[in-house]
Formats: sequence, C-alpha cells, structure tokens
Amino acid sequence: MEIKKTSLNKLHQDSQAKFVEFAGYEMPIQYSKGVIEEHKFTRSHAGIFDVSHMGQLFIYGNENLTSDLEKIFPLDLKNLQQNCSKYSFLMNEEAGIYDDLIITKLEDGYLIILNAACKEKDFEILSNILSKKYKMELSNDRALVAIQGPKAVEILNETINGVKNLSFMTGDWFDYSGQKLFVTRSGYTGEDGFEVSILNDLAEEFTKSLIKKGAELIGLGARDTLRLEAGLCLYGHELDLNKTPVEANLKWAISKERLSNGGFVGSDKIINQIKEGAKQIRVGIKPEGRLIAREKTKIFNETELPIGEITSGTFGPSINGPIAMGYVDKEFSKIDTKILLEVRGKKHPANICKLPFYKKSYVKGVN
Amino acid sequence: MSEVKFSKEHEWIILEGDVATIGITQHATEMLGDIVFAELPEKGSNVEKDGTAGVVESTKAASDVYTPVSGEVVDINQAIVDDPAKINEDPEGTAWFFKLKMKDISELDSLMNKEEYDKFAKESSS
Repeated sequence: MEIKKTSLNKLHQDSQAKFVEFAGYEMPIQYSKGVIEEHKFTRSHAGIFDVSHMGQLFIYGNENLTSDLEKIFPLDLKNLQQNCSKYSFLMNEEAGIYDDLIITKLEDGYLIILNAACKEKDFEILSNILSKKYKMELSNDRALVAIQGPKAVEILNETINGVKNLSFMTGDWFDYSGQKLFVTRSGYTGEDGFEVSILNDLAEEFTKSLIKKGAELIGLGARDTLRLEAGLCLYGHELDLNKTPVEANLKWAISKERLSNGGFVGSDKIINQIKEGAKQIRVGIKPEGRLIAREKTKIFNETELPIGEITSGTFGPSINGPIAMGYVDKEFSKIDTKILLEVRGKKHPANICKLPFYKKSYVKGVN
Repeated sequence: MSEVKFSKEHEWIILEGDVATIGITQHATEMLGDIVFAELPEKGSNVEKDGTAGVVESTKAASDVYTPVSGEVVDINQAIVDDPAKINEDPEGTAWFFKLKMKDISELDSLMNKEEYDKFAKESSS
C-alpha cells in the first residue's frame, strides 16, 4: 500500500525532517534539532505538531444521536455543554479498549478525534452500532495541527483572534482566511495548548504563520517523550483490547452518572471491576540511575517474582532521567514500592511513582 | 599512533602501542539521535572481535556497541556513562568508549580507513 502523506509533508521536508512510517503515514520523527531540544523547546516556548494522520470523525444528529452515543461511550453526553470536550474510549463488551479518543459536542452533532492506526476500524464499529442512522464523515479534507507550550496561547491568538478565551477541554469555530477552523484547547504534552482542525489547502500557510511568530515544528519523537512525562497513555502501548479503563487507571474519565445504571458497551465489566478491583493496574515507574527500561521489560517484586510489564519507557528530557509506565499486580502499585526491571538479562532497581512525572500547567478557566 | 580505522558497525579504533581506543563514529551518532544512556564493558573483562561490548540508547531505541577487535578492557570512559550527551558532542574525540589491550594487532587489517568508511557510511544511509 502506498504511504500516505499529510498536507504538511512538503513543509516537513523543507524543515529537514527525518521521516518514519506511522500508521501508514510518512510522519516526521524529528527535525535537525533532535528530540531533546524539540522537547525542551515545547516546554519553554511553543511546539507545532502535525497530527493530521489522526482521525477527525464528524457525526451529525440531534438528541437521538446523543442517546445512541451514550450506549457506546461511558459519558454523560446529555449534560455535556456544546463545545465541551471529553476524553473517552471505544470499548468492546469486555471493556477492552478499541481506541481512546476526544469527543466534542457541536451544535449539530459531535466531533471525535481518533488514533490514526484505529480510525478506519473505529468508523466501522461506530457505524455498525449506530446502524447507519446518522451522517458520519471521517474527514479527508482537514489537517490537524497542534500548538503546545507556554507561548502557544499568545502565538495562536495573534493568528486566530479569540482562542485565548477558550478554557481547557473546550473548543469553538473561528474564521481564518475566509474558512472555518475548529480549535480546541487541549493536547498531548502536559502543556497548555490547542489543536486546530483546518482545511488541507490552508494548513501549510497557517503553520508557516505560527513558525514566523516563534513556534517550531516538533516531531513524533518528542511528542512521545512529552506525553510520557505527562503520564498520558498511548494506544497500542498502555491501551489495547486486553486492557480496560479501570486497569489503565482511567476511572476518572468515566462519568459517575453512568456508573450507577450502566447501559454502555462494556459497562457490566467496568462496574464489576470498580467494585472488585482490577488484578493489574497502570503505574508510573522510575528506574534508579540512568537505565532505560523499554516496552515489554519484565517487572519483578523484591523477591524476584514476576509482577508485570513495562508498556512505554524512555528518557524524560525535562526530568533529566529515565521514566516508564507499565502494569503491575495491584498489591505492588503503591507509590514508592520497590521493584526490579529486567534489562539485558540483569535485574535493576526501580520505584513505583506518582503520575504525571512532569507537572502540567493546563488553563482551567479564563478571566 | 596508527591511523584511525573504522568498522562496518560504525566504531572507530586507534592504536597506541598495543592499546586500542574505541568509540562510535559521528555518522553513528547522527543516525542514533540524542544519546541518553551508555553502558560499557567491565574493566578487566575480555571481549572478542565483533562481539557486543556495550549499549547506547537514544530517546527512541537501544543499540549494541560492538568491538572491532579482541582484547582485554584496560580502561573505560566513565564520563560518557555519567553524561551520555557528551557522545553526541564529540564522538570521535573525548567521548571514546573503552580501551583494549589487543591480542592480535593483525585484526586491524580487515578494517576500513577513513575514506573507505565515509563511502560505506554514505552508501549505507542512502
């Protein structure tokens, strides 16, 4: 199959990107500055991320759509205000996760942002459950550009006047070059920032305008170190069909209103797991010293019995040390529990630690 | 001092008496990206030509470091273990990895000179 390119591909090439294939797309893993500099620049200034490979699914409908989506997502969508976003999951009956996503209520329906590798399958699953009752559009004509970091609000507001008034996890339509953009205040870095849904034809010019104002392009390499420092899950690593939101320690994303009556796909399992407790749970892990424990590293307790596995591990540039997330048996999930990580045949000491590794600075309310 | 020689695994080696200093090439560091972890062989241990003699890790992945010749490890560069970023800064100078007392100096003969290596590196990365 031919590799797909986003509408910013030429800009990436012109910016000396190193490319990798990701979910069928040619995506920039890093630019000439490298992962660590790009990471730090995002934390101190503003980074631009091309996330156009992600799915932008528009579903159009009224209250009936809201009721039908409540049969799928563990959210209180009836009481969700227009233009407000929620983090959620598409699950199977066993509460295994098909995908994690952000859903935003629009005037005439919903916008759901899906992972690139899952979007086609998600579309199929959702259209089957919704029995094709509603108009669904997995957008091909829109790019998705994120700008993240302490300078993001200032820079983006110069280009799109008014975005500074958005609160965290809300969005709105804005005018740009005679076209409509949908901007949400959200992101995947642990920084304040925005994601901008923009027509492909305008994406390059728009991104260049952000670069002119001092933001810089950041690759997927730094996107991964940033999200891991922020303790955020990556589908295919922390989340998959064999994990439930309860095991992933993402109970907070399930609306309390929905836990008493259930009625969404996977609700029986979720309600039961919350009552009984999950066997394994996602935790933050800090290896001692500089050792990096990668995905699939086996975790042992102090008496060298296996208790779990790492799902993501890297070097955290802002922490200036190695960090990881993984799943361990519940009884070993307490903060400061001493564990061992088997790397290249040797067991190395590490500690369970609090997430996030890096303290976030989201803007909760404006003015 | 001998001329610097290079291996297909992107190590450089230079001989002084019967002690060889070994590190990874500039080209290798450019391919790896930011190096954030380095593991070196133990002082006093013996390593075999083309065997693993350490590990470097970038933010993305771990890579083995091979030794292009056999010998006894007589010194290691603790500075790059303590601060792996030094490897990106000066890979073919102060950021050497380890020193070997060579057993068989003729092992150097099969390695590439600078010109051959540059050509090899260019071809292998295109």
